[in-house]
Amino acid sequence: MSHKIVSNSRLSENVFTADVEAPLIAQARKPGQFVIVSVSSDYSERIPLTIADTDPGRGTIRLIWQRVGKTTAELADLQTGDEIANIVGPLGKPTHIENFGMAVCVGGGIGNAPLLPIAKALKQAGNKIISILGARNKQLLILEYEFARISDELIITTDDGSYGRKAFVSEPLKEICQRTPKPDIAFVIGPAVMMKVCCEVTKQFNIPTQVSLNTIMVDGTGMCGGCRIEFDGHPKFVCVDGPEFDGHKVNFDLMMKRLNAYKDQEQQAYEQYKTHRCKIGLNSQEDLSR
Amino acid sequence: MNERETQEFLQQLLEKHKAGRLTSAERFKIPPQDMPEQDPASRKHNIKEVALGYTENQARLEALRCLGCKKAPCIDGCPVRIRIRDFIAAIADGQYGKALAVIKENSLLPAVCGRVCPQEVQCQEKCTVGLKFKDPCKAVSIGRLERFAADLDSDNASIPAVAPETGMKVAVIGSGPGGIVAATDIRRAGHDVTVFEAFHKTGGVLVYGIPEFRLPKVIVQKEVDVLKKMGVKIVCNFVVGRTRTIEQLMKEDGFLAVYIGVGAGLPSFMNIEGESLIGVYSANEYLTRANLMKAYEFGRGADTPIAHPKKVAVIGGGNVALDSARTALRLGAEKVYLVYRRTEKEMPARIEEIHHARDEGVEFHLLQSPKRIIGDQNSKVTAIECLRYQLGEPDASGRPRPIPIEGSEFRIDLDTCIMAIGSAANPLIRQTTPGLEFNKWGYIVVDDNCKTSLEGVYAGGDIVLGAATVILAMGQGRIAAAAINEYLAKKKKHFDGL
Repeated sequence: MSHKIVSNSRLSENVFTADVEAPLIAQARKPGQFVIVSVSSDYSERIPLTIADTDPGRGTIRLIWQRVGKTTAELADLQTGDEIANIVGPLGKPTHIENFGMAVCVGGGIGNAPLLPIAKALKQAGNKIISILGARNKQLLILEYEFARISDELIITTDDGSYGRKAFVSEPLKEICQRTPKPDIAFVIGPAVMMKVCCEVTKQFNIPTQVSLNTIMVDGTGMCGGCRIEFDGHPKFVCVDGPEFDGHKVNFDLMMKRLNAYKDQEQQAYEQYKTHRCKIGLNSQEDLSR
Repeated sequence: MNERETQEFLQQLLEKHKAGRLTSAERFKIPPQDMPEQDPASRKHNIKEVALGYTENQARLEALRCLGCKKAPCIDGCPVRIRIRDFIAAIADGQYGKALAVIKENSLLPAVCGRVCPQEVQCQEKCTVGLKFKDPCKAVSIGRLERFAADLDSDNASIPAVAPETGMKVAVIGSGPGGIVAATDIRRAGHDVTVFEAFHKTGGVLVYGIPEFRLPKVIVQKEVDVLKKMGVKIVCNFVVGRTRTIEQLMKEDGFLAVYIGVGAGLPSFMNIEGESLIGVYSANEYLTRANLMKAYEFGRGADTPIAHPKKVAVIGGGNVALDSARTALRLGAEKVYLVYRRTEKEMPARIEEIHHARDEGVEFHLLQSPKRIIGDQNSKVTAIECLRYQLGEPDASGRPRPIPIEGSEFRIDLDTCIMAIGSAANPLIRQTTPGLEFNKWGYIVVDDNCKTSLEGVYAGGDIVLGAATVILAMGQGRIAAAAINEYLAKKKKHFDGL
């Protein structure tokens, strides 16, 4: 089964999106689920990616990813009409959606992508939605418009104050938790450190908090255990037990260290790829026209 | 003996054999034929197959060691009841095609089974010759002879015949040994078979688990090619339960029967301190990175990284543990320790692999097991703290229970630790298939025909048996295929009668 890219664009300096043909996944996918992608061959690395949206009618799924290493760079270099070798999914347990009442959705950086379908589904189920979206600066903020459409209240923060409020997402989150009535549930998706800090905030206010984890995976079906985290003192597999977990029980410190397990080799592969690209005259590094 | 002397010796024996005058005493005197293999010092630096296979002369000499027992106790030791005595007699007579045909009556993957079956606890354990020498390793080398016959048919000329198309659709979930066998047998009956595989490559444990140096991928690929030539459809990157559920396959996609052969596939951990440290792997992850994703070619066409350790401890005593240990050697480890809480005698691994591992320099730490795993400030593993064990009374498995010796703690310094202590049931099918009955360990409940609690749904292999072997999975694939063929025949009769 081939997976043709039907359209693609760049959302910010290092964040890209593509609509890709994957009719069965488009049909089956529910909010909270992800896919595993390997770009060019049977020996390309398998990486988990968020499904940000789907179009079952057209048979496509929308992928959003950040360029951080070889595989994500390779993916960013593909053009409309190119094919992705392998996509498998949808994987992971779907998000449990119901009318909780008031839900606060906190997204950091690329985390806005998996958060969007969850926020949409929560809205549809009748929840009042408060969204807090954070980014390092204005250029890196993604999906603001999409969140504005479904949020009863939308708060934007940037680290440098170039847009919205100059703050980390945890500050407005704390203020919202202090309101009466306080939120009934929180969904927090973003970098591990951001999820950790937000969970510390919501814990003080006893607000149940779901996080969605993006760990290193190989198969994505429970077979390898590479994605395991420490949850409530016990190992859990992100691919089959998650990717969503009660954020108050996740050992984020350990998870952050495990994410760096292959840092050197990943760096080496990325450098090698960049050199190779230069040699073959591919240089879309600063090509913002796409 | 050199080649010429061997040839002469064989000729003398064959003349007597043909005349029916080769006595048992003379057969006992034929030395057991060793398997030619790569030299340990060089092979631990490459991933090529270790055991090279018998020469024709060796195979015939080994076959002449068989007494041709009337009762053929070896057949009772074989999970799929291959007519062992008859195929060995055919090899002795030089009729290799016939030998393979006899094997294929019962086993569809002889090139695989000849390499990976634990013969010393199956057919060879019952062999009269082995009993005479009180050593299953001196029994007739049934597995090596099976491999010999299979490897001669290298282009897999014998494609099984397919009955006229019935148009009835059957889904086989998983392309491991059980799935391959089930798909073959169901397709033989003329049904329209689709194999669904979650990975991007077919073969299941035969490609992600068992390393190249023990089972070359090309052998597995050939078996899958046979399926394709028979007209079986193969769909990769398809996770049944997620991409489509069993219910959808049957109610919406027109599949009349399903065989579940997904394997166990959820690696067990010991639940001790430090198991999430960087550098602690499940054997499944380590082997998948190395085998399926070719991490040993990282930066040379393969993108999947793997730790390149200096000192490795593998915890466990099964084939998977030995495969991991020997893979670590091939990835350049200087020291590889195999830490097992019983003694070598209780190890579930194939004897041949234990010997191979030892020859290659794997150090056995027996009657030891980790109590906790120790890491540095970056959460990288640096050591394991072990306890020494002694053997007690037999436990539920029939093996002596390992009992920790209090206060016997000691440390082994290392930079990678691989857990190869078995696996548990994967919850995916369970989570997504209402009405399917599971036992308390999460394995699928089936009857003698591998039929589950759902009509038209059959299951076999590790997801039914727990961690078992390739041959047992194949045996169940066969049983289930026969049951599915019967089920569909009845269904067809019913339709035709309408």
